[in-house]
Amino acid sequence: MDFIISYFTSLNPASFVTALPGNIAQGIIWGLMALGVFITYKLLNFADLTVDGSFATGGAVTAMLLLNGVPIWTAIIVAVIAGLLAGLITGLLHTLLGIPDILAGILTQIALYSINLNIMGKANLPVSYRNYDLLISGSNILWAIIIGLAFAFVVIAAMYWYFGTEQGSTIRSTGSNPAMSKAQGININTAKVVALSLSNGLVALSGALLAQYQGFADINMGRGAIVIGLAAVIIGQVLGEALFRKRINFVIRLVFVIVGGILYYIAMGIVLWLKMPTDDTKLFTAVIVAIFLAVPYLKNKKRTSFKKVAKQNLKSADKEGSENA
Amino acid sequence: MLELKNIYKTFNKGTINEKRALNGVDLVLNEGDFCTIIGGNGAGKSTMLNAIAGVWPVDSGSIMIDGIDVSGLPEHKRAKYLGRVFQDPMTGTVADMEIGENLAIAARRGKSRGLRWGVTAKEKEQYRELLKQFELGLEDRMTSKVGLLSGGQRQAITLLMATIQKPKLLLLDEHTAALDPKTAAKVLELSDKIIEENNLTAMMVTHNMNDAIVHGNRLIMMHDGKIILNISGEEKKNLTVEALLQKFEQVSHSKFTNDRVLLAE
Repeated sequence: MDFIISYFTSLNPASFVTALPGNIAQGIIWGLMALGVFITYKLLNFADLTVDGSFATGGAVTAMLLLNGVPIWTAIIVAVIAGLLAGLITGLLHTLLGIPDILAGILTQIALYSINLNIMGKANLPVSYRNYDLLISGSNILWAIIIGLAFAFVVIAAMYWYFGTEQGSTIRSTGSNPAMSKAQGININTAKVVALSLSNGLVALSGALLAQYQGFADINMGRGAIVIGLAAVIIGQVLGEALFRKRINFVIRLVFVIVGGILYYIAMGIVLWLKMPTDDTKLFTAVIVAIFLAVPYLKNKKRTSFKKVAKQNLKSADKEGSENA
Repeated sequence: MLELKNIYKTFNKGTINEKRALNGVDLVLNEGDFCTIIGGNGAGKSTMLNAIAGVWPVDSGSIMIDGIDVSGLPEHKRAKYLGRVFQDPMTGTVADMEIGENLAIAARRGKSRGLRWGVTAKEKEQYRELLKQFELGLEDRMTSKVGLLSGGQRQAITLLMATIQKPKLLLLDEHTAALDPKTAAKVLELSDKIIEENNLTAMMVTHNMNDAIVHGNRLIMMHDGKIILNISGEEKKNLTVEALLQKFEQVSHSKFTNDRVLLAE
C-alpha cells in the first residue's frame, strides 16, 4: 500500500502541465508526417513503410546541409526533394518491378538506413539553435507551435486543392477502384508513383522540422514512424467521425489528422508522466494503434455475430419451453 | 468501326490450367452496329470484350478501332476510344467519390488531366441535366458518395460515364446480370435509348437469349473461343429462341450449356 501511495504522491500535476506545450508542438510536427501517411494509407490504399526511412532522411539532409552552412529554408526544400525521391523509388519498385506494396516500402526503408548514415557520416548529428539559424526549436515551444500550425495550415490547404484537381482525383480513384480508373483512361502506375512521392516528401518535411525541434538528427528518429502516423490518422478519424458524423468533409478529415497527432503525443505525455519506463513507449504505441484499428471491426461484430444469433435463439427456445410447461 | 482479325489468347500457357480462351476470332462491326453476344459457359464472350479493352495483350491478331490498330496500346490508352460497363455494379464507379466526381473523371477520359479543378460548376449543371433523364432522382444527389447507391443506380451512372463522351465503341459486359429483373429491364431500356440517341456502335454480352434477339441489329454466338454464328439484318429480326438453339446445335454439334440461360428460360 505504501508503495502505491508514495507512487501517486510522487506524481506532480504541475510537471504534466509544463510538459504539455512540448507534447503539442511534437504532436503537430508528427501530425504533418501523418498527413503524408494519410495520402498513402487512406487515399491510395497503399501501406507504405518507406516513411520510417524517409522521415530520418528529412532530418539527416537538413542537419547535414545546416552543418555545411546552407540556409535553413534551402535545407528544408532539399530535404523534401530527398523525401520525394525516396517515395519515387518505392513507387518504381512497385509499379515497374511488380514488388508488392509492403515489401517495396520495406526495401526502400532498409536502403535508406544506409543512405541516411552516409548522408550524416555518423549516427547522430547535433544542430543546436545556438549555432544555427533554425526555423523552430524546442527552446521556444510557443514559437514552435505557431510555426508548426502555419505549416499544417499551408499543407492542408495545398492538399485540399491538389486532391480536388483533375490530377489529384486520379490518385483518389486509383486508390479506391483501380479497374475503373484504368477503364477511364487513368494511368494508375503514374498515379501511384506521384502519390508515394508526395507522401514521402511531406514525411521528410516533418523529419526536417523534428530534427530542428529536438536539436539533432538521428539515424533512429524514424523508427516506428509509420505506426505513429497510423495512430494519428486513426485517432483523428475516429474522433472526427464521432464529432462530425455525416457532415465530415475532406478538410475536416485532414485537420483531424493533425489533431490525432497532438492527442497521440498528449497520451504519450501522460504515459511518461505516470513514470512508465521510456523503453516501453513503442509497446504502448503499438497497443494504442491495435485498439483503434480493432474498434471499428469489433463494433461491427457487436451488431452482427454468430454468437449473438445463437444467444437469441437460445433465449426464444427457453421462452417457448417455459410457455409449453 | 471495329475489326478483329484472327485473335488468339491462351491463359496459363504451359500449365495444367491452360485454357485457350480465344481461338481465332474474326469480326467486323460497322458504324452504328449494335451487336449482342451470346454463348455457353467459357465460350469467350467476356474474354473477347476484355481483349478489345486491352485488359491484357492478346497472343496474336489485330484489333482495329476506327482504322487505328490498338492491339499494342495498354488499357488506359485504349480507354479514350471505349465506353465500358461491367457485370459487377461495384466495378464501374468509385464508391468513395461523389456522383459528380465520378462523372467528371469519365468526362476526362482520354484527355490530359492537369491541375484544373476536378469538377467545375458548369459541369455539375450539365450532369444534373443528364441525370434528370434517368428519372432515378439522382440529379438531387450529386454530392452523395456513389457507395450509398443501389446496384441499379450505380449501373445507370456507369452507363452515363461510359457514354458521357461519345465512345467509338461501347462495351456492355453482362451489365444487367447482377441486377434484379425489374432494375435489369430498366437499365437495359436506358442502354437502348442511349445507344440509339447517340448512334453508338455497341457490343453487349448477355445470357438472356431473348434480350439478345430483341436488342440490336446484329447477333453473334460464341463457342470454344470462336464466333460460330453471325446473324444480321432481316434474319436477326425473325429469330426465335428455339431457332437459335437449333442453329447452335447444328453448328457446334453439342448442346447449349449455360447454366444461367437454362435458369432464365
